[in-house]
Amino acid sequence: MSTTNLTLRQRLRERGLDGVTLLVLPGVLFVLALFIYPFLYGLVLSFQPKEGGWLANYQKFFSEPFLYETISITLLIAVPVTVLNVVLSVPVALRVRLMKHQRLLTTILVIPITLGTVMVAEGLLTYLGPRGWLNRTLLEFGLVDSPVRLIHNYWGVMLSLVITGFPFTFLLTLSYVTGIDPALEQAGAMLGARARERFRRILLPLLAPGLAITLALAFVQAFTVFPSAILLGAPAGPTRVISIVAYQAAFEQYDYPLASAIAMLMAGVQILIIVALLGARTLVFRGPVSTGKG
Amino acid sequence: MAIVSRDFRELRLDRISRDFGQVHALRDLTLTVKRGEFVALLGPSGCGKSTALNCIAGLLQLTGGAIWLDEQRLDALGPEDRGFGMVFQNYALFPHMTVRRNVGFGLVTQRRPREEIERRVNEALALVRLGDQGDKLPGQLSGGQQQRVAIARAIVVEPPLVLMDEPLSNLDAKLRLEMRAEIRRIHTMLGSCTIYVTHDQEEALSLADRIVVMIEGQTRQIGTPEELYARPAHPDVAEFMGYRNLVRSRAEAGDGGVAVTVGGARLIGTPFDAVGGQAVVAIRPDHLRVVGGGPIAATVEIAEYHGRDFYAVARTADGTELFFRSDARLSAGEQVRLDASPDHVLVYAA
Repeated sequence: MSTTNLTLRQRLRERGLDGVTLLVLPGVLFVLALFIYPFLYGLVLSFQPKEGGWLANYQKFFSEPFLYETISITLLIAVPVTVLNVVLSVPVALRVRLMKHQRLLTTILVIPITLGTVMVAEGLLTYLGPRGWLNRTLLEFGLVDSPVRLIHNYWGVMLSLVITGFPFTFLLTLSYVTGIDPALEQAGAMLGARARERFRRILLPLLAPGLAITLALAFVQAFTVFPSAILLGAPAGPTRVISIVAYQAAFEQYDYPLASAIAMLMAGVQILIIVALLGARTLVFRGPVSTGKG
Repeated sequence: MAIVSRDFRELRLDRISRDFGQVHALRDLTLTVKRGEFVALLGPSGCGKSTALNCIAGLLQLTGGAIWLDEQRLDALGPEDRGFGMVFQNYALFPHMTVRRNVGFGLVTQRRPREEIERRVNEALALVRLGDQGDKLPGQLSGGQQQRVAIARAIVVEPPLVLMDEPLSNLDAKLRLEMRAEIRRIHTMLGSCTIYVTHDQEEALSLADRIVVMIEGQTRQIGTPEELYARPAHPDVAEFMGYRNLVRSRAEAGDGGVAVTVGGARLIGTPFDAVGGQAVVAIRPDHLRVVGGGPIAATVEIAEYHGRDFYAVARTADGTELFFRSDARLSAGEQVRLDASPDHVLVYAA
């Protein structure tokens, strides 16, 4: 029977569309209502400044160092944290892959995610503070003469982002690492390649696409840092990240259009970085990471 | 210059063992493999044959014994330093590299000059008849072609020993026969030494110069295919070599051999161990013939047409199930008389 004899219903079914497909509608509505609409609303709002032309908010942002410098401040925190987390995740994931009690370790690592950033920030505040355990221990052993300043500055934010971000990058990386057939590494070893060479020529190229996605997601998480930048950082100075000025515009100056413009710029920076990362991904291999047929 | 295997005299496995906790996966395998030999490790799944292969490869550490290549002791070396070639069950081709780069991997590792790599990769690809597929990715090849790439990749570095771990088990029946001939051809051309793991007795019989039969981690018999086929040394080996009729019986001295009872009838057999007491009688289905006036009376239960002949299952009055072949058409419920010549009735002490 040729396709022209099929009813509309049959043809739709061949493309995977049938009654069940309708179940996706509530989800689509949900996304439209909670994500697309507020985004478009904010975009439009950002072009309706309290005073001045339709680009006034953006002109204001880029003319005041107090505002535009937040982009570089945030990048200065987010980029090193992202890279550090992913770079740490790879060797740990490669090691954990071979472990027997994987689940225990992954459970321990997931705890910081479930606690949430505020709780971790509060905890670190006491732990890293001048009279916290860390400094007390360092002083006790005579490793330092005076307490190390690790809170209310750049390092406090940095550390809290590592603690909350690492489990996330680690779990993603672990899933990519375990997706690689161990026989590939064995094959490399049989052909004389040592661990370093196997990593460079086999594992890394196969991991690269997954790492690009991990980098993108971890970057978004770090770039939107807010609670720990306030609680652990110096929100007036070196950790005045972009989300803080957006918050201040909205809830201290009640300038929603300016806050929207800042939010749009935040999104813009994130999109630029993600597109660059995923673009780089296409430069390397993108196929399946195993060839076995059975 | 064509690809040849590196020169050596023999590989000696001296009581190699591997335990996993309390489990003895491989126990005391002793074997000497001469250059040019094709040895098959044969056994049911879980018998330790893949463990043995991985131990030889260096992918698993030994928990006992030693491996020698001529005067060099290998078992302390990692897989990188043994220089053996290996073909994996799932081929383990690098999915992000072209066929050409897959095959050249080992040569790049050895930091060979570019022209030499180019030339040797071409030779290896020609040897496995994939000369025109060099620029494809493994994912674009069929299972049989991937298998050839895996073989080319293993042999291009001219290893003294090529290890193959059930290389044909992922292929369909027709391709399996083709690749079997291909593997034997390549082995002969290289003059290398091949150790081949399989659970398929037909594959082992057709490929190997010598077969090591392993059961539950232990070596049960080492011999040529002919020896294993005609004279299995143990009922387990007999079962694995296709002796489907294994019947328990008392054994007594009889004229010209040993007398046993199969399905209530007396047969004369060839004794393997001491005669007397409980015994296991092994008879191959091909050797149990339908003969008018044969000693064993049985009723056919199932008869399958296999083209050349019938493969049948019959039951005797005392409930013994017997497997046999017949040239004549048989049907269920039919009465038959069966017989086997003393040469083909093997009797083992139970």
